[in-house]
Amino acid sequence: MHFSRKSLGIPYAVFLLVFVVLPLLVLVFYAFTNGQGQFTISNFTGFFTDPNTLGTLFYSLLLAAVTTAVCLTLAYPTAYILGTSKLKSRSVIVMLFVLPMWINFSLRITALKEILTILEGNLAMYPFLNAVIGMTYDFLPFMILPLYTTISRLDGALTEAAMDLGADRTRTFLEVVLPLSLPGILSGVSMVFLPAMTNYVVLDMLYNSTYIMGSLIGSYFSAYDWHGGSMISLILLALICIFTLLTGGSEETARGGALL
Amino acid sequence: METTENIIELRHITKVFEDDGFTAVKDFNLEVKRGEFVTFLGPSGCGKTTTLRMIAGFDVPTSGDILLNGKSIIGLPPYKRPINTVFQRYALFPHMNIYNNIAFGLRQKKTPEAEIARKVRKVLDLVDLEGFEARSVSTLSGGQQQRIAIARALVNEPEILLLDEPLGALDLKMRKEMQLELKAMHDKLGITFIYVTHDQEEALTMSDKIVVMNEGKTQQIGTPEDIYNEPATAFVADFIGESNIFGGVMTGKLLARFCGGEFQCVDDFPEGTHITAVVRPEDVELTAPRLGTIRGVVDSVIFKGMHYEITVLSGKNEMVIQSVNSARPGDLVGMRVDPENIHIIRAEDHTNTFYADINAAHRLEYNGHKLETSLTRIIKGSKRMEDGSILDGNGEIIDPSRMRVLVSIGPEDIEMTDEQDAGLIQGTISNLIYLGDHYMYVIHTDLEDFVVYDEDLWNMDDRVSLIMPVEKMSFALRKK
Repeated sequence: MHFSRKSLGIPYAVFLLVFVVLPLLVLVFYAFTNGQGQFTISNFTGFFTDPNTLGTLFYSLLLAAVTTAVCLTLAYPTAYILGTSKLKSRSVIVMLFVLPMWINFSLRITALKEILTILEGNLAMYPFLNAVIGMTYDFLPFMILPLYTTISRLDGALTEAAMDLGADRTRTFLEVVLPLSLPGILSGVSMVFLPAMTNYVVLDMLYNSTYIMGSLIGSYFSAYDWHGGSMISLILLALICIFTLLTGGSEETARGGALL
Repeated sequence: METTENIIELRHITKVFEDDGFTAVKDFNLEVKRGEFVTFLGPSGCGKTTTLRMIAGFDVPTSGDILLNGKSIIGLPPYKRPINTVFQRYALFPHMNIYNNIAFGLRQKKTPEAEIARKVRKVLDLVDLEGFEARSVSTLSGGQQQRIAIARALVNEPEILLLDEPLGALDLKMRKEMQLELKAMHDKLGITFIYVTHDQEEALTMSDKIVVMNEGKTQQIGTPEDIYNEPATAFVADFIGESNIFGGVMTGKLLARFCGGEFQCVDDFPEGTHITAVVRPEDVELTAPRLGTIRGVVDSVIFKGMHYEITVLSGKNEMVIQSVNSARPGDLVGMRVDPENIHIIRAEDHTNTFYADINAAHRLEYNGHKLETSLTRIIKGSKRMEDGSILDGNGEIIDPSRMRVLVSIGPEDIEMTDEQDAGLIQGTISNLIYLGDHYMYVIHTDLEDFVVYDEDLWNMDDRVSLIMPVEKMSFALRKK
């Protein structure tokens, strides 16, 4: 009996069909129907006319943007130092940054909650700050790894060439290192920004009152408004697609992710 | 101000890398005149690139000074030195087009954009790549990238252009072309070139002056003709061109004995001097057996196109000959060499020396091993007192913590073995030169380098243990 190479892909194709394509079609169906099963676009127009949903969208964007910025600020210098060092043990140090991800997620967040409670007294006092801390804590490795990968692959001769041609350290960094690490920055940003838009479990576990897109969708479904919830999910999906296209595909993302 | 026609001087430069303690360059001295084409030549790991990087400013010498136009530049970072580099793998900026790559240096100096455009066009013309301004780096072939790298350095009009094996990644034909072009560029521009290569032919073709380096040390500095015709050491003779190298001794006025025969020569050394004789394969003349200075049996004949390469065994010695006439393996032949074609070098003294410590029991120790001898036996006039202490010849007590012993042993007295535990110290073979009837090896150990003569062929990088018989050693007491 002969298998063609293509038939090796069948199990995944089946999985894809049952758990990704079909649910997506169901999602589209619900998004464009009302309670009576009739076609409607009121769910769509409703989203863009309701100040609550729009407010949540902008708030989510803001939270994701701030989280991404904080992650980038923390991760870039670290990745730069590690990526350009001659230490033999640098891969071990990189592993240390990934190590927290091996610990159970809920355990980590619970620990974070306790720490924040000790520091702040009452978690409810700084909802936005806590949301940023929680997400940064969770997503930081996803920023460090692609940055580290890109920077450590930078040819050291290029920075030497820049200095040889008269650029001091600052200009070498701005004109050579930074532009060449842009692919790493883009993939790090998309790997942090996208989950930060949608992941509300972190906030839930921190008893955080901050309301983001993920929580909004969750609330629709728990109120049995599958039609409204589906439409919001679909809009979010469209936004993510646009964002991914803008940051230039996911080749680097895959590379950084492969390290995990 | 001190006036000098030397554009750059390196004085007693030594570089020890901090992370592994490796000494890459040892006491390197060089003077380069304005407009010269100087080449650093040597095998990989000889310190040539490190020396170049110290001139560029990427590495800082551990000691010594570098003077540019008579002023020290040791404290200047690379971006403040009027020196530009062409890198081994070109190091063009992949995120910039050709124009921006070449303009990079001029922009750092805030040159007006109109002037930049003019200079970029001019330098692209110089390297024969007119109209390439808007191309991206990745669309260029290796040879074209190399030209852009040269253009990018030259556009800054540096006082010195450094080239780090710039042709190493090109194929042979392209390399030959670029050699001639670089040489022409140098003659046209009048800029001082310092060029690094491991390719002796490249060095001989292009240079005004060649610096041959090995294991961080200068072996010889001279013109290509000097280096080829009058090699200063056995290493240089072995590295430059093909050579027959023999150990030997002077047996009279202008008379040298090597390879089992007595040859007339033109180098005057006192009788009895140990020598290294160098004979180029093209200078050996095959004769009838009775007409030769020495005789031998043809071992192998290989056709090389322009000539035959004939290997003749004469006793234990091996002579390689290039001849337009063929011979048959097994033939008995005579060989003679014109006196002016024999180059005699005073033999380097290869006696090995190392320090052994005196332990509390007044025994000698080296590398954790006891040397089976006693202090009273090796130090003249010394005697052991009743309390166990030892007096030297002057009657003074030898304090083990303040004294040590310098041990010397000849290279022929050391034996190499594969059994790692059998010898005093272990190391790897880092150098190998055939000296006619034996090989000279340099063994690199954690403590010091040893020179060993052995008739058998060992491989480079073999891990060997060195057996050193105590009775072959000589000893001298030294203060710590």
